[in-house]
Amino acid sequence: MNPALNSGLNSAVNAGMAPVATPWFFYGLAGLAVVSGLLVITRRNAVHSALALIVTLLAVTGLYLMLYAPFVAAVQIFVYAGGIMLLFLFVIMLVNIERSSKDRQFNRMWPVGLAAACALLALFMTAFVKGKALFPDRMMAMPESSNTQQIAGMLYGEAGRMGEYTFAFEIASLLLLVAILGAVIMTKKKV
Amino acid sequence: MPNFIMSYLGIKDAITPGAAGSQFWALVYVFIIFAGVSVAVMAMNWLERKALAHFQIRLGPMRVGPHGLLQPIADAIKLMLKEDIIPAEADQFVFWVAPLIGLLASFTVYTVIPFGPSQAVSDMNIGILFMLGVSSLGVLGIVVAGWASNSHYPLIGALRSSAQMVSYEVAMGLAVVSAILMTSLNATGTGTLSMIGIVQAQQQQGVWFIFKFFPLGLIAFGIFAIAMIAETNRAPFDMAEAESELTAGYHTEYSGLRWSLFMLAEYAAMIAVSSIAVALWLGGWLRPFPNLLQGPAWDFIFSLFPGLTFLGLAAIAVVGVVRMPSHSFFKIQRIGLAGFAAVLGFIALLLLIIAVAGRSGDASGAMSPAARFREGIDYVYWFVFKVAVFMYLFIWYRATWPRYRFDQLMKIGWKVMLPISLVVLIATAIVGVLVS
Amino acid sequence: MIPITTFHYLVVAAALFVLGVIGVLTRRNVVIVLMSIELILNAVNLNLVAFSRMWGNLHGQVFSIFVTVDAAAEAAVGLGILIAFFRNKETINVDEIDLLKW
Repeated sequence: MNPALNSGLNSAVNAGMAPVATPWFFYGLAGLAVVSGLLVITRRNAVHSALALIVTLLAVTGLYLMLYAPFVAAVQIFVYAGGIMLLFLFVIMLVNIERSSKDRQFNRMWPVGLAAACALLALFMTAFVKGKALFPDRMMAMPESSNTQQIAGMLYGEAGRMGEYTFAFEIASLLLLVAILGAVIMTKKKV
Repeated sequence: MPNFIMSYLGIKDAITPGAAGSQFWALVYVFIIFAGVSVAVMAMNWLERKALAHFQIRLGPMRVGPHGLLQPIADAIKLMLKEDIIPAEADQFVFWVAPLIGLLASFTVYTVIPFGPSQAVSDMNIGILFMLGVSSLGVLGIVVAGWASNSHYPLIGALRSSAQMVSYEVAMGLAVVSAILMTSLNATGTGTLSMIGIVQAQQQQGVWFIFKFFPLGLIAFGIFAIAMIAETNRAPFDMAEAESELTAGYHTEYSGLRWSLFMLAEYAAMIAVSSIAVALWLGGWLRPFPNLLQGPAWDFIFSLFPGLTFLGLAAIAVVGVVRMPSHSFFKIQRIGLAGFAAVLGFIALLLLIIAVAGRSGDASGAMSPAARFREGIDYVYWFVFKVAVFMYLFIWYRATWPRYRFDQLMKIGWKVMLPISLVVLIATAIVGVLVS
Repeated sequence: MIPITTFHYLVVAAALFVLGVIGVLTRRNVVIVLMSIELILNAVNLNLVAFSRMWGNLHGQVFSIFVTVDAAAEAAVGLGILIAFFRNKETINVDEIDLLKW
C-alpha cells in the first residue's frame, strides 16, 4: 500500500481501510439514530414509526461499521432491517384499523412513565460521570479483514476443538425453531 | 490538484479506491457505475421490447429512431411529462418515499460488484453478505408502496410480491453459502466473503464454481438462477405485477416519474443479482479457459474479443442501413443508423488498437500502463458480457414461459428449492471435507 | 475535535435505551410498544459492540449476534400473540387488553 495515503493509526488497522472524517460520520449517524428513535415513539401512524425504526437500524449499522464490526453490521441489516421490520410492516397492515388513528396516542399513565424514564436517564448519567475512569480512552483497533473468520472460530470452533459459543449457538437455533412453531400455532385459525 | 489524480496512477499494485482511502477516485467510480447502469437500463428497455417482439414474430418499435433505438428516450420524456397523480386518501409522505427505498436498495449494491480485481468501488470483507442484505431492503420499498396507495389491488400485489421475494431469499442464501463453501478449499482452509476474493478463489482453484464438484456447483447455480428470477419479480414469477393479473400490482397508483423509478429499481436489481451469479459461479471477470489455454498468444486472442464484439454490432447496424427502404421518408433514419454504426465502429477500432498496443513482450515483470489498461478493459468486458447474457436470458424467459399461479410459486419456493439447496449445501460440505 | 472514544458510543446507546423505555411505558399501540422494545435491544447491542472494541476481543460482538437472534424470535412470537389477540377483541390498545380485570 502506498504509505503516503495512510493516516497515523497503528498497523493493525491498515490491513483494512484508513478511517476518514470520523467525527463527522459519528455525530451524523448518532444524531440520525437519536432523531429517528424520537420519531419512532412519537408518531401517530404506525407505518411512519416503522419507517423511522428502519432509519434508526440503518444508522446503528453505520455505527457498527465505525466500530470495526462488519459482520455484526451485516447481520443487523439482514435480520433486523430486512426481516424483523418486514414482519412488523405485515402485522401493521393486518391489524391497522381506521379507528386507531383517531384514538389517543399516549396512555393515561404517561407522566409516570416519563418520570421513570428520566430517572433512568439520570441514573445512566450518574454512572457515566462517576465512573468515567472505568472507560479508558484507548480504543484498540481490531483488524477488519479477519473479523468474520474470528467470529466463526468462536461460534463453530477451529483447529479441532469446540468454540466458546458453540453450545449457545445450537441452543439459539433451537430457540428459533421454538419461535417459528409458536408463531405458526398461535396464528392458526383452528388449532 | 493533480496530486490525488496522479496518486491513483502511481500506485504500484492495483487496489480498489475504497482500500486506498481515496475519496476522489471512489466518487469517480461511483459516477461511472451510475452512468453505466442508467445506460444499461435504457438499453435493457429497448432490448426487451425488440426481443419480445421478435419472439412473437412482429417487429417492435421501429419508428422513433432507426429500429426504435431512440424509443427509451421517448419513453423517458413521456414519463417525465405525465401528470403526477397521487390518490386522495393516500399517505403522502410514505407514497413519496416508497420508490426511493427501492431505488436506494437496488443501487447501493453496486458498490461491491467486482468488475475486475481492483475495479470495484470498495471491496468489503463481507461483500456478498452486504449484497444479499441490502437487496432484501428492496422488499420494504414494495410493501410500503402497496400500503401507501390505499387501494386493494396494490395492497394484495405488494403482499404477494413481498411474500414471494422473502421466500426465495432463503433458497438464494443457501445456494450462495454453498458457493462460499467452495472458496475455502484452498491451502489455508480459509474462505472469504469478499466478492473480489471469491473470483480470485476461482482463479486460484483453476475451475469456475459452476463446474466444481459436478453436479453440485451446477445445481447450486441452477437454484440461484431460478431464485433470482423470483427475487426480481420477473416472468415466470411475475404474478404480483403482471398487467393481466392484478392491474400492475404494487405500482398501480404510481404514474409518470415515480413509476419509472420503480422500473429503474427493478432493472437495476436484475443486473445486481445477475452480477452476483456471475461473480460466484461463472468466474466473474475471468476470460473463458483461463488455465486450459494459457500463454500470451491466447491472452492476445481473447483480448481481441471486445473489439470484435463491437465490430459485429457495427456490422449488424450496417446491414440494417443497407436493408432500409430507399425512400425519401427513410432518409433521416438511414443517416441516424449509419451514424450509430460509425460510432460502434469507432469504439471497435479503439478497442482493437488497445488490444494490440497492450501486448507486453515478457509475461512477468512490470507491465506498461498500456498493458494494465488493456487488462482492465478486458476484465470489465468479460464481466459485462456475462451479465448481458443473463439479461438476455431474463427476456427469453419472459417471452417463453407462462406464469406461475401464486400458490404454485410459494410451493416451489418452500417445498422444492429449500430442500434441494439444503441437500446441495450438505453434499458440498461433505465432498469438500473428503477432498482436502 | 475531540477524538471519538467509547464514552461517546455509550452515551448514544443510553439515549436510545431511554427513548425505547419511554416508548414502552407511554404508548397505547401494541405494535409501537414492540418496536420500542426493538429499540432497547438495539441500544444494548451498540453497548456490547462498543465495549468489544474497547477491550479488543470479539466476545461482545458474538454476544450481540445472539441478542439479535433473540430479538428476532421475540418479535415473531410477540406479533403472533398480537394477531391472535386481535382476532378475539378488535383492538390494539394496551389499555383495552385487560380481560383479567373485572
